[in-house]
Order: sequence, then structure tokens, then C-alpha cells
Amino acid sequence: MDRHYDVIVIGAGAAGLTAGIYLARARMRTLIVDHGTVGGQMILTYQVANYPGVENASGAEIVATMRRQAESFGARVLAHSEVQRIDLAGDVKTVEVEDEGTFTATAVILATGGVPRMLGLPSEAAFKGRGISFCATCDGDFFEGKDIVVIGGGNSALEEAVSLTKYATSVTVVHEFDHFQAQPWAVDEARANPKIRFLMEQDVREFVGGESLEAVVVAHKRTGEITRIPAEGAFLFIGYVPNTAWLKDHVALNGRGEIVTDESLRTDVAGVFAAGDARAKRYRQITTAVADGTIAALAAVEHVASRAKGAGEKPAGKEPAASPITSSEASPAAPGKARDHSRLLRLPRARASRASVS
Amino acid sequence: MLHTNLKHIETVGEFKELLDSGAKAAIVCGRMGPMCIPVYGIMEALRDKYPDVRFFDMEFDSPVGMATIRSLPETRGFNGLPFTVYLRDGKVVAATSSIQTKQQVKEILDTRLADGSAAVAG
Repeated sequence: MDRHYDVIVIGAGAAGLTAGIYLARARMRTLIVDHGTVGGQMILTYQVANYPGVENASGAEIVATMRRQAESFGARVLAHSEVQRIDLAGDVKTVEVEDEGTFTATAVILATGGVPRMLGLPSEAAFKGRGISFCATCDGDFFEGKDIVVIGGGNSALEEAVSLTKYATSVTVVHEFDHFQAQPWAVDEARANPKIRFLMEQDVREFVGGESLEAVVVAHKRTGEITRIPAEGAFLFIGYVPNTAWLKDHVALNGRGEIVTDESLRTDVAGVFAAGDARAKRYRQITTAVADGTIAALAAVEHVASRAKGAGEKPAGKEPAASPITSSEASPAAPGKARDHSRLLRLPRARASRASVS
Repeated sequence: MLHTNLKHIETVGEFKELLDSGAKAAIVCGRMGPMCIPVYGIMEALRDKYPDVRFFDMEFDSPVGMATIRSLPETRGFNGLPFTVYLRDGKVVAATSSIQTKQQVKEILDTRLADGSAAVAG
């Protein structure tokens, strides 16, 4: 088994697989490692209707094609393989993978994606699969003729709330703010549905029940008024957080935990690039992840070539005039939260940091 | 039809035979949906690492699914796909609902299905 690669891609979602396709086609020895199933969040998408060139396909179908493409060009894909340690400092990067051993590479692309945001309540874990769900398409039919709650205020929450009215007697949308983040068309469609009611400015306090969920307890954010919503189902669509907590000692993150890059998707560590939902950017779509994967791969190819010639690639922040990180590349702060600009431009790191992946 | 590399359980007889054999087994009962596909993948990945455990899938909407896993007392109250059950010594020793991580699956395999562990449902 090869132990040294030109580029190791951590993450096999849309960004990571695209990077793999471009790298392998450029004859880079390429390893793609993912702790979970190949496809990332894309595989969790039941139907993709706006991927250019593909009229309608499931996320799983697009993933299967992308993987085949990457492997056909020679990329090696390791799924369900946890990265346990990394050392990104220095010219040779080290990636230690559970059950597979240690691999080295000249460049690393971090395409670690996002993980669903959770409320963090103890009762949330207790009722997962017993009333709490994250997929209306998968679990909607369990709630035929029942009262349910949808938590969230983005496009996913409102679209799924409408979709769940096919099964449920009533759908209560619970949202933390006094306005929705969803697009106006999604809000209008939800408001026009007689089965949907809205509870705004609410904190979810607790999920209660016995063998399965019976009610959701919420509190008004300003008045503190407690409401107990009888519900046998609760669907959570409260967004994603970047899967980067384990990278904080290795590359610069902004205040929201997103990897900071320049326009070539270089991080502050030479030879380390970032792509997809894990990096600071405004829009997170399959198409933007694919674009990121392309750019990061091409930049990584350039880095590997420059290393072969004996010249080092400059990390982000080294040449701010040539490739500045603009504020538009960082995601806007969540309502009520200040954006952290302080770490957007940093000097390259010198230390050889190693830390366990959490 | 489940498009996985796992062996399918397609009849009630096959399920009963497996249960009666006392074998250590994991069965993922689901559809080809977003929450199920990752769990099939985990089982495929773990298959070689647990040679003493047999890994299967079962179609959730099939007659066998309705007559077996969906009717077990251990899956009462479940309403998240997939339903995953673990068998040992002719009993259901663990059952989970909804998507799981590889770590969660390994934890069950390493405890409930490990030699010397008690065969207690939960």
C-alpha cells in the first residue's frame, strides 16, 4: 500500500471528491479519507434539482458518479476511516488514519464539511429516532395523522414543514428569531398552508415523553413564557456547523470555526488548502463545493509542482496584496453574533502542532 | 430492492433461522434513503473487522420487514429510519433507530456482541 501521496484530501463530500477528480486526472497520487460515508451532506439529499447539467438525481446518485470518476483517474478513497492525528506543519504532511496507519503527503486539502447543528439538550439525544428526526422524506410517514413540530427558520425548515403537512394533522414551526432566514417564496408557501402555525422567538427547553416523544417545551425569548406543544414528532432543521473543531490547533479558523482561506483556497499553513462547507464563505451549495474542490485541487497541484522544483508555496497571509482575503469570503455573522475579523489574516504558523481528532 | 453489498434477509424463514442459530448478527432494516445509506456503509466497512458477526439488511416496506423487525417489542416507539437490531444467542441484544455513527455501531458490537458480554436487550 502506498504510504506517500502527492495530496491527501480529508473529506469525501462534493468538495473532496471534486478535488480528487482534478488531482488524480492531473496525475497526482491522491488519497481521499472520510470518517463517514462517501458523499458527506450530499448523500443526505433526497433529490437534487438544481445541479447544472443534471435535471434530477438523488444526492446518492451524484455521489456514486463522482466517486467513480475520482477512482477511474486513480484516486484512492478510504471511507469510514477516522483521521486520528495530523501534522500539517513542515514540508511533509502526516495523516494518521484509524486501522490504516500513517500516510504522508506534500499537500493536504481540508474538505471536512459540516455537521448538523444540534440544540445540545440531553433530551434531544434521548428521543432521536423516537420522535426526533432530521429527515422529513425518511421519517415523515411515521407521523401520519399526528401533531408535529419543526424547529428552524431557514429554507429547509419551511420547505420540510410544508412537505410534512402531507402526513401530519398539524405542524408547528418553532423559530428562535422574530423573522425567517428562508427565502420569501418559502415563507409565503408555509404561511399559506392552513396546517402550519408559527411560534417565533422561542428557545427550545426540553423534549418530553416516555417511550417516544409526547411534547416539546419552549420558552419565549423575551417574556420567558413557557409553552408546552403536544407533539409526537420534532424535526430539526437548524443548519450546520463546520466540522473543524479538531483543526483549531492546525490552521486559522474565524470566530465561527470556519477555515480561513485566500482566493486560491490556501490556508495560513503552506501546502494546506481548504474547500467546501468547512471554509469561510457566504453560500454553501453542492455547486459552490464543487467549485472549491476544483480551485483547491489546482492550487495544490501548483504547490506540489513548486515543491518538486524546490520552491515553496506561500501560505495565505504571506502575500496579502496578491491574494487578499476579503470580508465577503467570510460568512456573515449569525444574528446577534459578531463576526471575528481578527483571525482573517494571520501569519503562517511555524510550530509543528499535533493533536488528536475529537 | 436495497442496493447494498450486504446480504439481504428476504423471508421470515431466513430471519427465524438466523435468530434460532444463536449467531451474532446485525440487521439494518431500512430504505435506500439518506438516513439509511450511511448505516449500510458502516456495516459494509465493519464486516471484515468483525468476522464473527454476520451483517445483513432488510427492506423496511417488505412483508418480512413488517413481520419481523418492525414487530419486535425492542423497536416499539421507533420512528426514525433505519431500525437496526443486533442478535446474539437467539435474542435481540440491542436495537437503534435512525442514523448512527460508526463509533456508535462499534460500541454495540464491542459490548453487546463481544464474547463474555451479557445478552441483555436494551
